[in-house]
Amino acid sequence: MEKVKFLEGNTACALGAVRAGLKFFGGYPITPSSEVAEVCSEELPKAGGRFIQMEDEIASIASIIGASLAGSKAMTATSGPGFSLMQEALGMAVMGEVPIVIVSVMRGGPSTGHPTGPSQGDLMQARWGTHGDHPIIAIYPESVNEVYYEIIRAFNLAEKYRQPVVFLMDEVLGHMKESVFINEDKIETVERRKIEMDQKKYNPFLTENDIPLTANYGEGYRFHVTGLYHDETGFPDVSSENIQKTMDRMYRKIYNNMDDISKNEEMNTEDMDILLFSVGTQARSAKMAIRMLKEEGINAGLFRPITLWPFPEERIVELGKKVSKIVAIEMNKGQMADELRKYVCEEDEKKIIPLNKLESELIPPQEIVDKVKEVL
Amino acid sequence: MFNYDKYIRKDKFPHIWCSGCGNGIILKSSIRAIDKIGWDKNDVMTISGIGCSSRATGYLDFDSLHTLHGRALAFATGIKMAKPKMNVVVFTGDGDAGAIGGNHLIHAARRNIDITAVIFNNNIYGMTGGQYSPTTPQEFVATTAPYGHIENSFNFMELAIGAGASFAARTTVTNPKQVENFIHKGLENKGFSVIEVVSNCHVQFGRRNEMKSPIQMFDWIKERIIPMSKAEDMSEDELENKVITGVFKNIEKPEYVEEYDKNIMAKAEGE
Repeated sequence: MEKVKFLEGNTACALGAVRAGLKFFGGYPITPSSEVAEVCSEELPKAGGRFIQMEDEIASIASIIGASLAGSKAMTATSGPGFSLMQEALGMAVMGEVPIVIVSVMRGGPSTGHPTGPSQGDLMQARWGTHGDHPIIAIYPESVNEVYYEIIRAFNLAEKYRQPVVFLMDEVLGHMKESVFINEDKIETVERRKIEMDQKKYNPFLTENDIPLTANYGEGYRFHVTGLYHDETGFPDVSSENIQKTMDRMYRKIYNNMDDISKNEEMNTEDMDILLFSVGTQARSAKMAIRMLKEEGINAGLFRPITLWPFPEERIVELGKKVSKIVAIEMNKGQMADELRKYVCEEDEKKIIPLNKLESELIPPQEIVDKVKEVL
Repeated sequence: MFNYDKYIRKDKFPHIWCSGCGNGIILKSSIRAIDKIGWDKNDVMTISGIGCSSRATGYLDFDSLHTLHGRALAFATGIKMAKPKMNVVVFTGDGDAGAIGGNHLIHAARRNIDITAVIFNNNIYGMTGGQYSPTTPQEFVATTAPYGHIENSFNFMELAIGAGASFAARTTVTNPKQVENFIHKGLENKGFSVIEVVSNCHVQFGRRNEMKSPIQMFDWIKERIIPMSKAEDMSEDELENKVITGVFKNIEKPEYVEEYDKNIMAKAEGE
């Protein structure tokens, strides 16, 4: 049985999170994400969870890391300025391998920028915002319906890999209302792994397939977590050998499981004259452009990573071989165009055609059509 | 003989603190206070930020979390809300709690969430090499105050009480029994408790201020102690640069997580 609900993106995000098993939300109001907190404050206690509005975004992410280590599925929601404040603690969640979900509804930046308009300016911040090398998972859906299902997937990946997951949206997606088709048969949730071990032999960072077997606080294991490099006991070990070994493992944990973590949408990529690359809400405009181009006899394809990070490099290399031009359509100054050049531009530097705008609105299909016709 | 072994992770010793550091006294007194209240070890959670004080969590055989500079109370808030059965104790310092984490201190106090914060106040940033902290007294020298310090000091007691803490007490490492006693009272309080323990950093603070031995620093602390009962009859001028010790606040007041469950959870479930 499918239930249809007409929801705003931010509401779908909150309801999807509760459906995924969210039990703790710590957040701080910021446009255009505040509705995620508002809906959580109402819905979480009904689902046996607790909500708190913290004193700032740093405290918000700190509180959800604490709650997650104590055994609750935990989330916060913010936008650019708040996401910047969260970066230090995001690194702590990577280092402590703490499953959390951080929603960032992108608005125009830098600084206070344009709070009520969309942008895609934080794609690289999601990847490299915290200091130091680290793996990260980031998901960026395109529709309200997809928000509902993808936020559940974000929690599942966080739990499965003990990894913070960044859930990107943009102002259009956060505030747009659309139908959400809720089909329980399509929903799977991953629960926190129950650890049963002899307390005396227990170590929180013993791993299985590179994923640590960490218990929850309050279950009698009495273990230590630190933001310092640590060994499997959880206690500091900043030897050269351990630092290299630990980060290599953290990378393997994510990159060896790309089949499970990666998720893309492709349209017309079998037979195409040109490839369009776009993510999130902007990709919908690209899809419209593809239909318009078709009417003029031009076959354009679309590649849309839904898991944006880790970047789907293998597939983009394959697709890059099929076409002479890739138009990267983004509401920023070319962040993904730069990323694409890493993988597809060994010989032809002009292969990536950036189509960038910072006008606080989606780039319309006609402009994409015009660009394609100009470069083909 | 009191058996400390029950509560420490012996394999983590020797600790990183300098010999003669007062932090060991606070650690021992905390252990005795926790033993006295009789909590199950599995229900105790210690959380710390960054700095010398914050290494305390690693030495205690409870669940423990060594977090970011200044943020221990925010992590602690999440843990307490996710698992209210946990008895949450935060170990922090004058820089950690008074500077970078000042905002979290006042808001944890405002909520009166059931967390006990033990502030190791050694008047200096010890771990980073002796820079001035929010409690470095005026005219004293620090590596970032080579000409003598000019800023006013934070008064943790006034701060905690003003922000709404239901328990606030100050003592010093020169009186370990009182440290134990005040921490015990703080643990007993169902609400937010602040225990400031004035400690010595002869290495980073004393050395630059003509008190290079722990004994000199102990004497300096002791000669400035004024018990609260005596302070009541003294003028503000007379109390300048003194260390007033005692229980400044100890009241019953609704606790945050209990109120959340009683009001919000109950109403939401009714819907």
